[in-house]
Amino acid sequence: MSADLATYNFAYLDEQTKRMIRRAILKAIAIPGYQVPFASREMPMPYGWGTGGVQVTAAIIGPDDVLKVIDQGADDTTNAVSIRAFFQKVASVAVTTHTKDATIIQTRHRIPEQKLTEGQVLVYQVPIPEPLRFLEPRETETRKMHALEEYGLMHVKLYEDIAHNGRISKTYAYPVKVDGRYVMDPSPTPKFDNPKMHMSDALQLFGAGREKRIYAVPPHTEVVSLDFEDHPFEIQTFEQDCALCGAHGVYLDEVVLDDQGGRMFVCSDTDHCEDRRDHGHVGEMLAPNKEAAE
Amino acid sequence: MSETPLLKVSGVSKFYGSRIGCQDVSFDLWPGEVLAIVGESGSGKTTLLNCLSTRLMPSAGSVEYRMRDGNFRDLYHMSEAERRFLMRTDWGFVHQNPADGLRMTVSAGANVGERLMAVGDRHYGKIRETATDWLGRVEISADRIDDQPRAFSGGMRQRLQIARNLVTGPRLVFMDEPTGGLDVSVQARLLDLVRGLVNDLGLSAIVVTHDLAVARLLSHRMMVMKDGHVIEQGLTDRVLDDPREPYTQLLVSSILQV
Repeated sequence: MSADLATYNFAYLDEQTKRMIRRAILKAIAIPGYQVPFASREMPMPYGWGTGGVQVTAAIIGPDDVLKVIDQGADDTTNAVSIRAFFQKVASVAVTTHTKDATIIQTRHRIPEQKLTEGQVLVYQVPIPEPLRFLEPRETETRKMHALEEYGLMHVKLYEDIAHNGRISKTYAYPVKVDGRYVMDPSPTPKFDNPKMHMSDALQLFGAGREKRIYAVPPHTEVVSLDFEDHPFEIQTFEQDCALCGAHGVYLDEVVLDDQGGRMFVCSDTDHCEDRRDHGHVGEMLAPNKEAAE
Repeated sequence: MSETPLLKVSGVSKFYGSRIGCQDVSFDLWPGEVLAIVGESGSGKTTLLNCLSTRLMPSAGSVEYRMRDGNFRDLYHMSEAERRFLMRTDWGFVHQNPADGLRMTVSAGANVGERLMAVGDRHYGKIRETATDWLGRVEISADRIDDQPRAFSGGMRQRLQIARNLVTGPRLVFMDEPTGGLDVSVQARLLDLVRGLVNDLGLSAIVVTHDLAVARLLSHRMMVMKDGHVIEQGLTDRVLDDPREPYTQLLVSSILQV
């Protein structure tokens, strides 16, 4: 009797849908940075929760894969936990929080601090795939601009930033040019992560569920952040080290501790932070506790 | 003036279904020449302008443009990429309503600089310098460079639109009622400015207007249109002082005298 009960297909999506998404992914890989339209499906979660990324992951995941899901760099936030649980349930795949063990990493807003390696796939959840969207509202026009490589408008945006703020103030979703051709929105990752996309050993796939677009950056592809000659691209720098693991030169989150102005800066990549602490690195906040415990 | 025309128009017609937009229009435009197209509303002036500037595909006829390398190219046999490139480098288009030709939500400086960035200028300081220079030339003070056009008056917007078009040093500018919607004193100032710029830069221009005074001030030559046909053309002073066609006579005599 139970054998006759209707059940989910492996990884939730039916095989025809996966096939359709894989074709879109193959096309996206063939034309780096180009937004390939695909027939995005309803997923059992709201738009904005990563339906695009989930569909891409569902289309490429196999029984042998090891999945890691991060949200703002953390493995333990709501979005990450629920998507990880989703794939454990519908695909029974192994999951991990360790960057180096994962074969597929679905991410929202961050690229892991640890360098990705050949064979790994990074899947981004993308809310708005069109980098020109807020500059040019017409979809017909933006498509034409991509087709004819008319990207002057993108620099108009950067010009405005400098004119009003004295520097390029865009800190996330910072536009990049992929393989010298298409201008691409790297999804709302901080611009801190842009250099990691350049010549990455891993395959990077981008899925936008609501906007029904898939795009990709194949391994070893040139990804250049746009800038001006006299205002070159630069990433954020932090004066502090991570309060827990003492890491320097990583992306930090600010955590407000009380209403007296107390705050701490901590690694946004939780796996990276834990790994460092396991290896004996200690930040200033944990140091006194450690002494007290000894 | 040089020996060869800049623009050769032959037999351009545009039909909207069975209705005539404009029919069988032919003329040559020489470098440095300003041509006015006049006529009443609905006479096909704007349709013709749009056909010439590749914004509208004509039903018949050809428009040939002499490129910077001296060769004539048929505008409707160019690829879209080439045509769009031409439109933002070698041409300008000044709309009647500045909001159509400007980006209202970015600053004046960026509006002027957009064409420069579109052709590959990547030096902020130089772009800004050029933008400041051009704002000065259209009599907009330099401290307004970071203001959005929506904070500008109608006359300033129109001048900004002109600066935005001229910054790449175009050879041909299309103007659709450039002074429409402006009050008389602002009109006079704008006309003065445009006339100065056209003379200084040696531009060719095609100006569509229903205002004969504008045509008189700006243009060397004019074409009178009625019901989609060009009924009379010649030197501006000749047409206005000695109109031959009854309709042109009517048009000239209907100018209000103060």
